[in-house]
Amino acid sequence: MESCNCIEPQWPADELLMKYQYISDFFIALAYFSIPLELIYFVKKSAVFPYRWVLVQFGAFIVLCGATHLINLWTFSMHSRTVAIVMTTAKVLTAVVSCATALMLVHIIPDLLSVKTRELFLKNKAAELDREMGLIRTQEETGRHVRMLTHEIRSTLDRHTILKTTLVELGRTLSLEECALWMPTRTGLELQLSYTLRQQNPVGYTVPIQLPVINQVFSSNRAVKISPNCPVARLRPLAGKYMPGEVVAVRVPLLHLSNFQINDWPELSTKRYALMVLMLPSDSARQWHVHELELVEVVADQVAVALSHAAILEESMRARDLLMEQNIALDLARREAETAIRARNDFLAVMNHEMRTPMHAIIALSSLLQETELTPEQRLMVETILKSSNLLATLINDVLDLSRLEDGSLQLQIGTFNLHAVFREVLNLIKPIASVKKLLVALNLSPDLPEYAVGDEKRLMQTLLNVVGNAVKFTKEGNISITAFVAKSESLRDARAPDFFPVPSENHFYLRVQVKDSGSGISPQDTPKLFTKFAQNQTMATRNSGGSGLGLAICKRFVNLMEGHIWIESEGLGKGCTAIFIVKLGIPEHSNESKLSFMPKLPGHGQTNFPGLKVLVMDDNSVSRSVTKGLLVHLGCDVMTVSSSEECLRVISQEHKVVFMDVCVPGIDGYEVAVHIHEKFTRRHERPLIVALTGNTDKVTKENCMRVGMDGVILKPISLEKMRSVLLDLLEHRVLFEAI
Amino acid sequence: MDVVSQLQRQFVDYSASLYREGYVDDQFNQLQQLKDESNPDFVVEVATLFFDDSGKLVNKMADALEQPSVDFKLIDSHVHQLKGSSSSVGAARVKNVCITFRNFCEAQNREGCLICLQQVNHECSILKNKLQTLFRLEQQITAAGGSIPMH
Repeated sequence: MESCNCIEPQWPADELLMKYQYISDFFIALAYFSIPLELIYFVKKSAVFPYRWVLVQFGAFIVLCGATHLINLWTFSMHSRTVAIVMTTAKVLTAVVSCATALMLVHIIPDLLSVKTRELFLKNKAAELDREMGLIRTQEETGRHVRMLTHEIRSTLDRHTILKTTLVELGRTLSLEECALWMPTRTGLELQLSYTLRQQNPVGYTVPIQLPVINQVFSSNRAVKISPNCPVARLRPLAGKYMPGEVVAVRVPLLHLSNFQINDWPELSTKRYALMVLMLPSDSARQWHVHELELVEVVADQVAVALSHAAILEESMRARDLLMEQNIALDLARREAETAIRARNDFLAVMNHEMRTPMHAIIALSSLLQETELTPEQRLMVETILKSSNLLATLINDVLDLSRLEDGSLQLQIGTFNLHAVFREVLNLIKPIASVKKLLVALNLSPDLPEYAVGDEKRLMQTLLNVVGNAVKFTKEGNISITAFVAKSESLRDARAPDFFPVPSENHFYLRVQVKDSGSGISPQDTPKLFTKFAQNQTMATRNSGGSGLGLAICKRFVNLMEGHIWIESEGLGKGCTAIFIVKLGIPEHSNESKLSFMPKLPGHGQTNFPGLKVLVMDDNSVSRSVTKGLLVHLGCDVMTVSSSEECLRVISQEHKVVFMDVCVPGIDGYEVAVHIHEKFTRRHERPLIVALTGNTDKVTKENCMRVGMDGVILKPISLEKMRSVLLDLLEHRVLFEAI
Repeated sequence: MDVVSQLQRQFVDYSASLYREGYVDDQFNQLQQLKDESNPDFVVEVATLFFDDSGKLVNKMADALEQPSVDFKLIDSHVHQLKGSSSSVGAARVKNVCITFRNFCEAQNREGCLICLQQVNHECSILKNKLQTLFRLEQQITAAGGSIPMH
């Protein structure tokens, strides 16, 4: 035994105890070996484990411990020295490793512990973020609701729909129990319940607007929590065992059109507000959250905008309706005016002819009557008739002229004429009357006034005669002076004619005529009425001047047509007055002067020619025909002769100005020819003048001639002088009813 | 010169006698006034026309009066024509006869018409002669270089 170098166990081999130790050591070894295996297995499985080498260390430590215990198994019985050495080595190693491990664990364990705290921290963080995300989602949903609400509200422009939709959508979004809108009444002193969500037809509750709670809500643009017991919130009778839910009120500004200025935004100072009241359900314990309040505020603003849009739309629709109505009314008025004008024109056209015909019959027959044997009283009566009917004829002509002037259908007959002669003639015409009244008439023509001018001689004379005639009429004593000169630029501008800007040019000059009288004058307030037609000055009317009130109006029209101006100056009653007119006349070229043909109104003033006047002569008697033709040719006319009525009707055209027809032509009656001519030429100015040549001077012939619309009757044989004056008269007046 | 003034004097005297004796009236004078440069022979033309016309009318009337049943209306219209022509020319005497003629036509007096017709014819021929003399005088004056004196 001593030579085996074995080591004896320390204590005696107690069988049972040693058995237990033996088994325990075995299991310990087993456990010690399996632990690192498990560790390795699970660590390999896990993705993250930062302390691998610690594990290795730990593993080594455990393995060695296990090895120690395993080797210990052999020491329970006799064992060799090798086993003892191995055992010792193992133990030493184990001691080293375990000490190292112990040392290292000091560092590692706090780390491991801190991992745990970090984990806890992160979990908290995650929970917090979850909460916040929940909040954001809620807000986002709210936002979506707002958008949808806004969209609903703005999709209509009808006020009621807007408000109803608002309440409905709000109620839905926020799950409200009740939602109400209080609108200010017209007086602005009360709020009236206008819309509610649940109640269909709110009875007209009103609350005064000056309640403190309402003022509180109106004074801020935020949604304000109010007490459920205040009058605006108490919409339903309190019922149920639950506390009424929280109530929030917000103001809705009612903006008017006038609130929007161009440059600055509306200031919400003068405002009318409506009150929106929202109530949470009473059986939930909900509270108003901030985001819900914000939602309510946003909606209130949107509603305000939508309402203002609706108001604008209503305004514009109303304006458009109004305009349409006005349009219709104007159209109607225009059509009525047109009808009236047409009616007037028709009337005038008819009256023109109808009035003149009997007028001329009266004048002609009265003048014929004058030629017969009459007693002095009868003669006086006939003369009065003649004078009156002449006046009437003049009046009719004036009225018809004036209406033609107003129509604009009157055109000036421009021709070259002797200007000086016009003045002289007017003077001659007015001298008899003036001398009867013992008035001095003086004519003063300035030396630079041209002798010939281009214009409408007849109308100029008419104007001048009217003006001078008025001067004579209204002057009881004293003198009348007529001055005529060429107006220069400075004198053309007159304070009384501010919008008259004459522009003299090469071919034109402005004739200025002043007629000054020393008569009764005109008071300043009457001056503007002078040129108004039919307006009679009171004093003038009582004088029985015989004027129709049209004269000056016609003069003014003529002067206007001649691109001039006419006015009257008077210093007052009893101080006389001056009538002044300026007209534009043309300057004739030199070559025209040689071709001038004067056309004086009074006969016997020299040769009268009718150059190129186209005339038709119808006579079946060749001798008479050639005599008449000779007469007319001598007077310068362009004569065509026909010997039968058929030929006459065939040949007659618009170019012929006068038709002389023998009314005793066999075949078709001369009268019928006249009728045919009237039918052929419906417009008066196109129709040739028809003159009957007859050997009969009896009444019947004349009546017949007048009846068929002839313009004149001449007794055959006709002298040259007679023919000349007949043509003159005819062409001037377009009518002649003097037979002989 | 002397010849001209002599002729002119003759013309004036002859012309005055025509008027005095009522062969022509003022109308003839009017016709004379119508003579101008463009129409120097106006009066001659018209007179010729008148005499032709009156000759035709007289023949027609004579034919009408020859008929067994006299158409007074037709004759009246012819007379009317002649009256018109004569008054246009200034043949005063012819015209007067025509007036009487018309009365007879209205009265349907054939004898009266015949007498008048003869008278008309007679007057026309006299006038024709007289006027021819007058025109010859005129021609002589113009040929001699003088001017026709106006009445």
